[in-house]
Amino acid sequence: MTPNPYLWLIPLLPLAGAAINGFFGRRSSKKAITTVALVFCGAAFLMALLIAARFSSASAPYYFNLAHWLRAGSFQVDFSFYLDQLSLVMLLVVTGVGFLIHIYSVGYMWDDDGYYRFMSYMNLFMFFMLTLVLAKNYLVMFIGWEGVGLASYLLIGFWFTKDSAAAAGKKAFIVNRIGDFGFLIALFLMIKHFGSLDFTRVFTAVRPLSPETAGAGLLTAIGLLLMVGAAGKSAQIPLYVWLPDAMEGPTPVSALIHAATMVTAGVYMVARSSMIFERAPMAMMVVAIIGTLTALFAATIGIAQTDIKKVLAYSTVSQLGYMFMACGVGAFSAGIFHLMTHAFFKGLLFLAAGSVIHGIGGEQDMRKMGGLRTYMPWTFATMGIATLAIAGIPPFAGFWSKDEILWRAFGASWVYWLIGVITAFITSFYMFRLMYMTFGGEYRGAAAQEAHGHNAHGPDNHGPGHGEPHESPWVMLAPLAILAVLSLVGGFVGYGNRFEHFLAPVFRGATEVAQEASSEAGDSKLEYLLMAVSVSVAGLGWLLAYLLYSRRPQLPARIAQSLGGLYQAVAHKYYIDELYAVLFVKPLVDGSTTILWHDVDQGVIDAAVNDSADVARHVSDNVRHMQSGNLRSYAGWVAAGGAVVIAYMVWMGVR
Amino acid sequence: MIPLSYYLLLSGILFACGVLGFLIKRNIITIFMSIELMLNGVNLSFVAFAAQWHALSGQVFVFFVMVVAAAETAVGLAIIIAVYRTRETLNVDRVNLLKL
Repeated sequence: MTPNPYLWLIPLLPLAGAAINGFFGRRSSKKAITTVALVFCGAAFLMALLIAARFSSASAPYYFNLAHWLRAGSFQVDFSFYLDQLSLVMLLVVTGVGFLIHIYSVGYMWDDDGYYRFMSYMNLFMFFMLTLVLAKNYLVMFIGWEGVGLASYLLIGFWFTKDSAAAAGKKAFIVNRIGDFGFLIALFLMIKHFGSLDFTRVFTAVRPLSPETAGAGLLTAIGLLLMVGAAGKSAQIPLYVWLPDAMEGPTPVSALIHAATMVTAGVYMVARSSMIFERAPMAMMVVAIIGTLTALFAATIGIAQTDIKKVLAYSTVSQLGYMFMACGVGAFSAGIFHLMTHAFFKGLLFLAAGSVIHGIGGEQDMRKMGGLRTYMPWTFATMGIATLAIAGIPPFAGFWSKDEILWRAFGASWVYWLIGVITAFITSFYMFRLMYMTFGGEYRGAAAQEAHGHNAHGPDNHGPGHGEPHESPWVMLAPLAILAVLSLVGGFVGYGNRFEHFLAPVFRGATEVAQEASSEAGDSKLEYLLMAVSVSVAGLGWLLAYLLYSRRPQLPARIAQSLGGLYQAVAHKYYIDELYAVLFVKPLVDGSTTILWHDVDQGVIDAAVNDSADVARHVSDNVRHMQSGNLRSYAGWVAAGGAVVIAYMVWMGVR
Repeated sequence: MIPLSYYLLLSGILFACGVLGFLIKRNIITIFMSIELMLNGVNLSFVAFAAQWHALSGQVFVFFVMVVAAAETAVGLAIIIAVYRTRETLNVDRVNLLKL
């Protein structure tokens, strides 16, 4: 443990930027707002780079106590920060990708009236995310956890005059609360049984405990509750429903919060708690199963979506499922590796999608795109790289991390591996479908644009004058290019298991248990075979998408027709939203309306208040006649009162 | 020796007369005299108790009351004269500017 007095500056810098823009942004020029937002965010990135440059595994982990917070007997919680290999990776991803997306936002949001608000919220998000990542105890982490939820809510509902955006913001917030409830109870259990929320102290207390192989115990309970929290934040079954709706927010928000950073907080938290999970095999299994199912489930929905951002949203849910699958089979470093590469290529995919939306005047429906390859070659090239990366084509970043996960999943059970490979196939298919529909063929938006004027319906509309699709300005393309390079080479940090070795000290407690499993399956021939399978499966997905959406664009509609109900179910996201509406939302709303509102609030509380007011009014209606203003009548009342008192005393005295 | 209850009865009657006069009469001077009557009724009970218990404090209190009553009479009569000069009446029911 080495103190590092600069740690606290990293989260505080974006907070300063958010405060300056939030308080003074309304009256400042856009240039000033841009400078503040970028300087404070960039400064955090620079600080992160400096700290990373001086990082040495020998003196890690670093920590810094900023201030005392709670002191209650032996229980204490401080505002303290912590940096080890795991949080360093997260720190660089969050500040790096975050800074790039800030730059991109300058171009994307420039014409919006709420520009200062947007930049302030983005900086605020950075503050909370960095607090989450750098926390030294679960409670500070929880501040960040709730804070990113707040920032997410504010940014999803950024265009709050639109009903759907406001509703999506609320939905995200409420669904996350369900998860946070689980997280919070897990924290209470830790306080009760370990007397601390500090990572080191909790893990020291957990370390000597033996794995709860037979039945469930305290660690299993904590693990499962933590997973409930992670499922909420990271959009896993059954709490994933908020993420696709969150696409109502501006596209840079989707890229930063709902793809690259915030939604991975759950994975980070599970990885951070690896010491607990390793000793609770049942919780691990639940994590793996939820992750695997989510990966497959969300990927299938992604096939039938026509909104470009919805496809990417379901893809994000699916990829997060991969990360949980990795954590669930004990391959925490593989999960974090995928988290990192996913931040690169999914951030890039969203930014490129934003560039497309920006370029054709706010249209998000892929059926009205097409042929954009010639109009926006840079966007096409960078998005192509990201697509290759997510599909798992070597040597792009996604290949390395996804292959690592699949390999480790195979070590745990071939079922995980099989579902993972099927998901990889579907992923490849829907991503290339997206590419062909967006960039291939002929531009299909012109007719629609004439019919709708310049198409002022989209939320991402950037003023009139969008006759023809156009390439985005350099301020948006530069982040795309940098992320494309990262998507291209980012996977090589995992070459020769270097990434895993780097993270090994963090997961030492975890790997002790998992070591035997990996050495058992340490067969390199088998590894290459599985690699070949997953790559060829990705190739197949590409081929299928090419055949269906480039060679025979009429075919998909016919297939959809012949599938009938199945296609409808997929296109309607398996009616999960409708199911939740019937199962949870409607009983809640009905119960609140009839029982809580009509019966309790109006029938009991309002009635009690109103009736007592009525009684008071009637009594005072009569009594106020006594206050006539005639002094002698007052004197009469005084005398009468005195007489009564005396009479009473005399009477009592006689007794 | 005359029993205490006689004094107290007289004191009560005096006080009741005062209260009754205060409530019924409309002339300010009469009301004023009724107040004096009440005070003296109380004074009578004070001295009666003082004599009964051989305690001086009751008599001391009577002196206080008499001093305050004298001061009050001086101020009160001055006010009454002022009222009469401006309103040309001594009927309290017509001196009702403070009433809403």
